[in-house]
Amino acid sequence: MIIYRQSARVLVQGITGKQGTFWTEKMMECGTQVVAGVNPKRAGETHLGVPVYASAKAAMAQTPFDVAVMFIPPAMARDAAIDAIEAGAKTVVILTEHIPARDVMAIHYAAATHHTRIIGPNTAGIVTPGEGFVGIMPGHNGNIFQPGEVGVISRSGSLGTLICLNLTRAGIGQSAFLGIGGDPMIGTTTRDALKALDEDARTRAVVLVGEIGGAMEEAAAEYASGMSKPVVSFIAGRASPPGKKMGHAGAIVSGTMGSYEGKRRALEAAGVAVADTPSEIPGLLEAGLGGSLTHSAAIALRA
Amino acid sequence: MNFLEHVAKARVLAPAGIPVPRSVHCRTAEEAALAFEELGPCMVKAQVPTGKRGKAGGIKPANSAAEARSVAERILSMSIDGHAVGSVLLEEQARITREFYAAILTDFASRRPLVLFSTEGGMDIEEVAATRPDALRRHLVDIDKGFDEAAALAMLSGLDLGGTDGKVAEILAALYATSGKTDAELIEINPLAVLADGRVVALDCKLTLDDSAGFRQPELSLEAAEEPMTDLERQGAENGLKFIQLDGNVGVLANGAGLTMTTMDVIAHCGGRPANFLEIGGEAYTKSEAALKLVLSNPGVKSLVVNFCGAFARTDVMAEGVVTAWKRLNPSIPVFFSIHGTGEDEAVRLVREGLGQEPFDLMEDAVQAAVNAASGEAAR
Repeated sequence: MIIYRQSARVLVQGITGKQGTFWTEKMMECGTQVVAGVNPKRAGETHLGVPVYASAKAAMAQTPFDVAVMFIPPAMARDAAIDAIEAGAKTVVILTEHIPARDVMAIHYAAATHHTRIIGPNTAGIVTPGEGFVGIMPGHNGNIFQPGEVGVISRSGSLGTLICLNLTRAGIGQSAFLGIGGDPMIGTTTRDALKALDEDARTRAVVLVGEIGGAMEEAAAEYASGMSKPVVSFIAGRASPPGKKMGHAGAIVSGTMGSYEGKRRALEAAGVAVADTPSEIPGLLEAGLGGSLTHSAAIALRA
Repeated sequence: MNFLEHVAKARVLAPAGIPVPRSVHCRTAEEAALAFEELGPCMVKAQVPTGKRGKAGGIKPANSAAEARSVAERILSMSIDGHAVGSVLLEEQARITREFYAAILTDFASRRPLVLFSTEGGMDIEEVAATRPDALRRHLVDIDKGFDEAAALAMLSGLDLGGTDGKVAEILAALYATSGKTDAELIEINPLAVLADGRVVALDCKLTLDDSAGFRQPELSLEAAEEPMTDLERQGAENGLKFIQLDGNVGVLANGAGLTMTTMDVIAHCGGRPANFLEIGGEAYTKSEAALKLVLSNPGVKSLVVNFCGAFARTDVMAEGVVTAWKRLNPSIPVFFSIHGTGEDEAVRLVREGLGQEPFDLMEDAVQAAVNAASGEAAR
């Protein structure tokens, strides 16, 4: 599962912590079906109305779940992720930033063995407006997210939020927001996310928000060239100096690898319209769909 | 984090059982003269975190104590690729018959460790891949199986190593094992030299440790080479803030790496030049006061754009920090806000009431105003 659906039962690892509590409440308010939490020291208690277990494996035995989301610090992230994978989670959403690379490799290795979908690490999560969200996104904020037909993929939570906000203000709702994470080794790539939205019946067009560094946008461009749904893109980092990590570990240009120009060329060659600034995106989407996008009057009025 | 050659050899290669030449690390010319007495004819090697030392004259032979002293003195006064030479490594002179290349690195695309070996040492590995692909072997490690001598021998089969296959395989397996133990992102031996006496030794070593793994490599982390940073960048790092000083005049304060890069991009798009990268996303969103001080300390800054879009980060918390610090510091430059997302209403109220400022609806408009203000200031 890459696109969040309300039918998915969610386990929150680290549910009793400050952030775990805050965001679990937000997820629940938004309609997300949180069924259980994990904290080895508080097993047997109830927190926010759901049972707390010692491990994801223990939770699965008593309260089955589909998705695990981790509010877990970097040093413990590997064990928590592998616990969720071995418990049989279909999808594990890893919010944690700065997990050691060796641990990230171990997580991906275990996930491949168990056929588990990993989203992240260092993702802000996934949102399906009108259904709910998993992660640390303002999925409950109607000024930012409204149900609709445009799928949004972003490595960055803050930039992805801004882009959804711009869409909502232009009266364009979203079918899904897929935060894939700012790390260099993420489980669900830009291409994987694009394919999921291409196959999603509710999605009519895609906004692909990329960043300098790595080769994921190039791989996604290759997929986009075979798509009939319009794709609009914005790539962050055009004005960033090469050789420096720009906040995200994944955002670094070395030599010509990962450069803005290379990504833009690949996307444009695949027929993707690339915006110079985020506010151009709604107009490019309208143009891509020939003006046939369904506008919500309610959204337009609010804006 | 990066490491100097002498640290990589003494702290990582040697403890892993990978042969290195006899050597003495020296901070002064006098120490170098003394080291010669112990080593005999040797090479004097500048200890700087860059691969350009040889061409820059940072590696020279010494055949007497007096020469060791004078060569060391000269090298210690050099600056190579912007790095002042702080020390030299004196190493026994080796009679080299062949040079190989060996490395373990992180392969981001496959999310696995990658072992690289080439019979053409002393060259850049990119160049070998382009011109002598037959001399290069790549092995993606299955992390559950690991990488032992048998796997190394299988990887090397078909290459003519002049009978050193066993020794090389042993070194590759040891290198893989130590790369995991030390959380190395890159560990590269170039050249891995075959000597006239039959030994196979690591003549140079480049080591980069995973920055995210510093917490479990506390001792090694202390010996990391100092990163080239400006004073302000160092101040930022000490406060847990990722700050990169640039040469423009429009200061940037934003949350999240993606939004911060985008703010810089829009500044350039509007005809301006960003003065910095500074991200206060993630756990750092409570540090906007320290962040503002940093941005304003940059002497090139003529105007400031504050662009917040709260997802995880709460814009009200960030705005409160900025407004409080702005009142206290009372800077003379103009500031332009755009604020959306989590905590937006309260954040806008704080900026409106605290600074008498109305945030721009579109970040593009806030940026354009800041660019105009900066160029107006510059023209004055």
